[in-house]
Order: sequence, then C-alpha cells, then structure tokens
Amino acid sequence: MLNNGFITKNAKKAGKTVAVNAIFYFLLICVGFVFLYPLLYMVITSLMSTEDLINPTIMWVPTKVSLGNFKMVWDVLEYPKSLLVSIIFATICAALQTVSCALMGYALARFDVPLKKLWIGILILLFVIPTDVLTIPRYVLFNSYNLIGSPLAIIIPAATGQGIKSTIFVLIFMNGFASVPKSFDEAAQLDGAGRLKVFYKIAIPMAIPVITLCVIFSVVWYWNDTAQTAMLVGSDFGTLPLKLQSFDGAFKNSVNAGFGDDMNRLNECFQFAAILLTIIPLVAFYLVMQKQFVQGIESSGITGE
Amino acid sequence: MANQSKMTLKTKEKLMGVMFMLPWILGLLIFSLYPLFYSIWLSFANVEFSSAGISTDFVGIKWYKELFTEDPNFITNMVDTLKSIVFSAPMIIVASIILALLLNKALPGRAIFRALYFFPVIIISGPVMSKLINNQATSIIHPDQYSIYTVIENMPDIISVPLTYIFDNIVIILWYSGVQMLIILTGLQKIGDSIYEAASIDGAGSWEKFWKITLPYLRPMILVSSAYTVVDLASMSTTPIHAYIEKNVTNILKPYSYSSAISWLYALAILAILGIVFFILRERRAKLYAK
Repeated sequence: MLNNGFITKNAKKAGKTVAVNAIFYFLLICVGFVFLYPLLYMVITSLMSTEDLINPTIMWVPTKVSLGNFKMVWDVLEYPKSLLVSIIFATICAALQTVSCALMGYALARFDVPLKKLWIGILILLFVIPTDVLTIPRYVLFNSYNLIGSPLAIIIPAATGQGIKSTIFVLIFMNGFASVPKSFDEAAQLDGAGRLKVFYKIAIPMAIPVITLCVIFSVVWYWNDTAQTAMLVGSDFGTLPLKLQSFDGAFKNSVNAGFGDDMNRLNECFQFAAILLTIIPLVAFYLVMQKQFVQGIESSGITGE
Repeated sequence: MANQSKMTLKTKEKLMGVMFMLPWILGLLIFSLYPLFYSIWLSFANVEFSSAGISTDFVGIKWYKELFTEDPNFITNMVDTLKSIVFSAPMIIVASIILALLLNKALPGRAIFRALYFFPVIIISGPVMSKLINNQATSIIHPDQYSIYTVIENMPDIISVPLTYIFDNIVIILWYSGVQMLIILTGLQKIGDSIYEAASIDGAGSWEKFWKITLPYLRPMILVSSAYTVVDLASMSTTPIHAYIEKNVTNILKPYSYSSAISWLYALAILAILGIVFFILRERRAKLYAK
C-alpha cells in the first residue's frame, strides 16, 4: 500500500516534468520559427519563377524550382569578384584591428600605465558616440591626403585600434589578459624573458579563445559595414553588402541592356536571391565557427562584472 | 641606491606599457580625438573650398538655429530615429530576457536553439535589413487580416501603439536580441541554485522568485545589454538620420558643417537616452537599506 503510493507519486512527478519539458520545447520551436521565418520565406520566394510569384494561389510551394533567378543575380552582383573583395577587405581589417586592440588590452591589463582611468573613459565614450560624428571629419582628413576612395581610409583606423566597435575588443582583451595568472609572467621573467617575450610566448597562447572571438566578430562587423565604407571608400568599392545596396539600379541597367521583357522585371524573387547570395558566406562562416561565436561571448567577461 | 634602481625599474615598466599602448594612442589622436574636436568646430563653421584646400570661418550657432527653425526634414528624421530606438530598445531587452529564460532550462538540444537564436546577429547589415523589410519578409503576422486588429486599433493609443508596433516588428525585435540574450543567459547561469532553494523553503513561488531574485540579480547584465542595444540601434546605417547626414555631407551650400551639426545633435540625443537608461537601471542600494 505504502509502496504503491510512492510509485504513483513518482510517476506523477515524472509526468509533470515531461509536460513542462514539452511546453518548453513547444515554445522554443515556436520562437525558432519566428526567427527562421524570413529566411524560409526568402529561400522559397527566391526559387520561384515570376509566374508563381504573381499567382495568388501559390504561397509556399513553387510549381517548379528555378535557379534562373540566382544565375541572373550572380551576374548582376559580379559575385566572384565581390565575394573576393569582401573576404580580403574584412580579413585585413579584422586582423589589424585584433592586433591593435590586443596590444592596448594587454597594456591596460598588465602594466601600471599612467592615466589608466582616462583611457578607459575615452574608450567608453568612443563606443557610445554615434559613428557619424567621427566619419565626417575623417572624410575631410582623408580627403586632404587623397585617400577617399581607397580602402586604406578604413584599414588605417582599424590598424590603430580606432575601427568599428574597437572599444568592445579592447575591453574583451583587457579582461582576457587579466584572467591569465600573473605567476606565469613572473616565472618566465625569472627565466630571463623580457616583457615582449612574455607577451607573445605566454599571453598570446593563453588568449587564443579571446583572439578567435575578436577576429570572428571583427570579420562579421567589417563584412556587414556599409555606413562607413560607403562614405569613406565609396559605394562602388564593391563588397557584397555594398553591391546589394545598389542592386536595384544595377539590375535594371543590366537587364534593360540585355532583354527588356516584362518577365524579367525586378521583383521579390530577384531581391531575395540577391540577399541570399550576400549572406550565404556569412552563414557558412557561422556554421563552422558557431561554437566560438556563442561560447566566446559567454566567457569574454563583457557580461557585466 | 637600491631605491633609485627600483624607481628606474618602475619607470621602465611604465615605459614598456606605453609602448604597448602606442599604436592605439596614435590612432586615438589622429583618427578619433582630432576628428571629434574638428567636427565640433565644423558644426560652428562655414566651409568653403578653395585652391589651397578648404577654409573655415566661425559662424556661431547658425546651423543649429537653421536645423531647428528652418529644416522640417531634420526634425522628422531625428524624431523618427529616436522614436524607433526608444520603442525598440525596451522590447529587445524584454525579448532577450524571455529568450534567455527559455534557454536557461537544461534541455537536450538547447545548444541548437541557442545557436539558432544568435544566428541573425551574424547577417544583420544595413542593406540586408532594409531589403528584407521592404519586401515584407519580416512581417510574419499580418494583423490587418484579423478582426483583432480593429479591436486593438480602437483601444487608447497607449496600448494600441506598442501592440501594433510589436506585431509589425516581432522578427526585427528578435533578430536584434542575440548578443543581449547571451549576456543575460550568462548572468542567469551565475545565480546559484541555493538562493532559489532558500526562497522555496520560505514559500516563494516561481513568479515571486523571478521578480525578487532573478531580476535584481540580472540588473548589471540588463544595464550592459540596454546600453549595447541603444548604441547598436543608433549606429545602424538604416536609420533615417544617418541617411540625412550622409546626404548633407556634400551639400554644396553648406558642406561638412551642416552634417556635423546634425551628427552632434544626434550624438547628444543618444547620450541623453543612455543617461536615462543608466538612471533607470542604476544600483539602488540605498533604497534596499532603507527597507
């Protein structure tokens, strides 16, 4: 009798857990659907032919899958070239930004540098001020050295730690380097290593996860930047997002030059195909580096303490 | 003697630190501090192009006056931008708290959902977002198709405006909450189980635990996330004010100066919003003791 009661109580409890878990999964999936909805909608529409798009009875399943949209968009975006420009540009900026921010972060973490509080204050101020305030005078500055239109107008500030969201990277590095036990440094110094050697023999290897985090976010932010790049390097620099920005005009030009029939008018199918081609490299990047992205933020120490 | 060598060692240390800082400080002076002050100067100046480059004359607050009294476009663009930040930011924060709570439960497969929810952060860029919005890929709910929409529309503005805003922007709100969600999730995982157990023993329900334990513990994370949200939204290239600034940089009648004035007004507005955020989410220790 007693035993029986015990079992039902346990079963009840287990049943409750299953129910709660089911609710959680249901919610997680619902929210997941909202997250994915634009992408699903985009993938499906981009595969539709124009007839299907106009047909109001077709919502989700196209009558035939056509890759023609992608072919056309591929040419308009000058895909291989733009992809290469984007990759090279984002990689160079990210690499230089990471190096400069790492040096600054290390100085703040490990040295008793003068005016430390002032530097941190300036870092935060630079973070909260909208970039437009800086972009205009930078435009004037680079203009006087004839650097407007050259990617150097973005690369040089990145190399000196004044690039996109540099503050975050400096602070992440500061936290990352500070969490390396000082005894490691001291041991190496006793063995005769100088500060520079300690930096690249101990601090750098210990900070690989932090470095990875900074590089991948820097790549993403430089890849996606159009505000500064369009202003300082010019809209025709030809990274993928910039090409996407001027896609409508480019599409109309190229299609009218070729064959101007109605079926090839600019519509959602082409727009979505263009967006998809623009984001696919980033999606691939994310699929490969997903763990580093997510876990990096959790362990970076920018979480408020 | 010993003292002296110790001093030089310390100075040497400092010098070494400055060496590490040097690239950043050089960049700061040339690409950030100088531009910062130069743009203040530009916003008070008249810029003219000459053969020797550009020349500037001080004109006082002429541009600021013109912006407020003669330029309705500026006021519309500014108000639209600030309105969307002030509306979106709290919703993004609430969304990221809810997402973090969902993800905080130790369920198998949680990592997949976490990766999925974070994913949009990677692809958000000005052109992608404006194209998605223009082609209505982000309007998952079409509330105008349902009768509930008319019900909501007939409610007082204070309820109907935020509700319709959520309906129209639910995807955007979720897409912008990735980083904040992770920050809050990290915070959630740092709250020890023991404090919840102690609260349970005292008879607190889940609802009370959330308001009395979880939220106060999360305050610093919420503060960081809120500041990040405001800055992130403010620096988006899709804001109307950014387009307006960009358009006016090369305004032939008032190059550089007019747009500098706009950008400074925008900066001040954003700083004011951040000030309010910090005020609302500040540490209220004094009040706790008073109780």
